[in-house]
Amino acid sequence: MESLEQIKIWTETAVAGARLQLVTNPGPSGQHSLLVDNDHAAAVARFFLEDARLRLDYASNVTGIDWPEAVLQEKRKVKQTIEGVEREIEETIERRRPGFLEVVYHLYSMALKQGPVILRLRTGDRGAQARLPSLTPIWRGAEFQEREVFDLFGVVFEGHPDLRRILMWDGFKDFPMRKDYAPPQESGAGREPAQ
Amino acid sequence: MDERLRAELSRQGVVVTTFEELYNWGRKNSVWPLGFGLACCAIEMIAASMARWDLARFGAEVFRPSPRQADLMIVAGTVTKKMAPQVVRLYNQMPEPKYVIAMGACAISGGPFREGYNVLQGIDRFIPVDVHIPGCPPRPEALLHGFTTLQKLIEAQELTGERRPRHLSAEAASEFPIPDHGEHDLVPSHNPEIWPPSRPRAAG
Repeated sequence: MESLEQIKIWTETAVAGARLQLVTNPGPSGQHSLLVDNDHAAAVARFFLEDARLRLDYASNVTGIDWPEAVLQEKRKVKQTIEGVEREIEETIERRRPGFLEVVYHLYSMALKQGPVILRLRTGDRGAQARLPSLTPIWRGAEFQEREVFDLFGVVFEGHPDLRRILMWDGFKDFPMRKDYAPPQESGAGREPAQ
Repeated sequence: MDERLRAELSRQGVVVTTFEELYNWGRKNSVWPLGFGLACCAIEMIAASMARWDLARFGAEVFRPSPRQADLMIVAGTVTKKMAPQVVRLYNQMPEPKYVIAMGACAISGGPFREGYNVLQGIDRFIPVDVHIPGCPPRPEALLHGFTTLQKLIEAQELTGERRPRHLSAEAASEFPIPDHGEHDLVPSHNPEIWPPSRPRAAG
């Protein structure tokens, strides 16, 4: 399998205007992935499927991640001159990261026996902009899994042929896999304490 | 009747019994379970009905495919909130007298999924349970023990008087309300008539 940097170069050459970003995984598995912008996601996916060097014809897994709004702390080293002596000190910078939802596709090639290539898409926010282009028209097998991500995370897939809840019932309003979901509390069902 | 007299008579070849005993003896030895399972506990229930553990020894070999022909509902497995209305509906469709065994940690309390968003925290929130069998899943021996416990319950039921069972009093409910799927949870989340269970009176 070619490196992700190489795939990124191929894709950006083939799909005009596509902006890909390499997302590194610092863990021991080292499964790095490619983040693609939403406007070109369908074209990039089509390229992954049809390119003779990639032939990623099998979407093995589609899953969602909830990234709630967070304050990130970054440390960086700054040189400062204190009392005439130049020293290097660590400075902590707080940065507010708005919340968003992420969908991850694990892609393999049955034809060339290679993979996985991990593709990520991110929504604008966790509310009205939680919309992404559906990749079901490219990988038919993503249909139920995108429905599951819609059901549990609330990502609306535009262009999905049949976007309904798949595990929870139709009238259900919550998205239980979001981090801020709280299960319903029962009223009046508590047992009396044992004596 | 006096037990010694009865023993003496049976030695002479005379069997004396009451109608109540005869009736309950027949009922307890022909309990037909409803053939349905919800999760892995159902595998143990199937094993209990097969040759090695042989539930047929206790008169329960006929798993009925229709609730109209069943006497016993073995709730074997996780009851999800999506499935709970159908379980209550099946129970309502069973004719009286009917009994329920809640088999396994999930059917009793939700088990390992108790704090989840989609699992009912025990089927006894909606239908009355006669025997609870703990375990995850319970072995077939545990199901056999639960079944013989149910037989003892049936054997002890009186046909008349204040303590007669539910199916013999005309005013007692035989059907239980089926919950609806609400926006966040089942509506209602439990049947207040039967949940929480009233505390057993202190012996004294």
